[in-house]
Amino acid sequence: MAGRKFFGHAEPREIVAFLTGGIFGSGLLVSGMIDTKKVQGWLDFFGAWDPTLAFVLGGAVLPMLFVWRIAEKRKVSVLGTPIPPRPAPKMDPALIAGSLMFGAGWGLAGLCPGPALASFAIGGWGGALFFLSMVSGMIVAPTVAGWLSSRTTS
Amino acid sequence: MIPQDWIWGALGGLMIGGAAAIYLLVNGRIMGASGILGGLVDGTGRDSMVERLAFLFGTLAVPPLLVPLYHSVDTHITTNPGIIIAAGLLVGVGTRLANGCTSGHGVCGISRLAPRGLGSTALYLLGGAVTVFVFRHVLGVI
Repeated sequence: MAGRKFFGHAEPREIVAFLTGGIFGSGLLVSGMIDTKKVQGWLDFFGAWDPTLAFVLGGAVLPMLFVWRIAEKRKVSVLGTPIPPRPAPKMDPALIAGSLMFGAGWGLAGLCPGPALASFAIGGWGGALFFLSMVSGMIVAPTVAGWLSSRTTS
Repeated sequence: MIPQDWIWGALGGLMIGGAAAIYLLVNGRIMGASGILGGLVDGTGRDSMVERLAFLFGTLAVPPLLVPLYHSVDTHITTNPGIIIAAGLLVGVGTRLANGCTSGHGVCGISRLAPRGLGSTALYLLGGAVTVFVFRHVLGVI
């Protein structure tokens, strides 16, 4: 059903999503974010540190600094959906534990979710295995979250 | 002389930021790779399933079209399956617990000056730096 809808009569926001994903993935390739050695070099503060990723992050954040101002002033998107509200500025245990875990995995293999997708076609069996493991992690994540909250809220 | 890698990094970064800008301004969505994929995996994003699939299809299918422009494109990923599986599981569980990754918390959160995005980014950079230090310089396995 989804396939027929996508190829037959896609809605504007679905076409925009496809194009956005294409630009995002291409940016990940062009910037070098899909190169695990570059990513690990960026995280290697005590070795041969590679500052390239600072330029990637800077290039991405700079336009978004202005775009967020416009978006929050407009309150609705061009297609009429609401701009996501500002989340409460709260650091909960799940955010802290999850961020540290994500960082550890990112450092171990040098891939985060976006580049894992963008490099899927060229990443060989290693890229495919990483992707499968990542999706498996996403499947068990709610269970881990439940266990974590039972430990921290009692 | 500015190294070429830095220029390509900034250019690619502008493309990433441009994509995040379009997704936010036109669709009203935060462009976070782990959230878009994770919402499909655990079913919480069922009401926007096609939009998510379209985004992921673009991310997956468009970059290979650029590959012929390069001499060679290599992810240089490790050949140690144990490391790959552990890393994938950590990234999958971690990004869902934290509710974001490098694109959601990093690009979109930092630029919104959101405390959660800034805090998460500081923590995953710390986690990554400690991991690379231990596994590269202490254990010598990556």
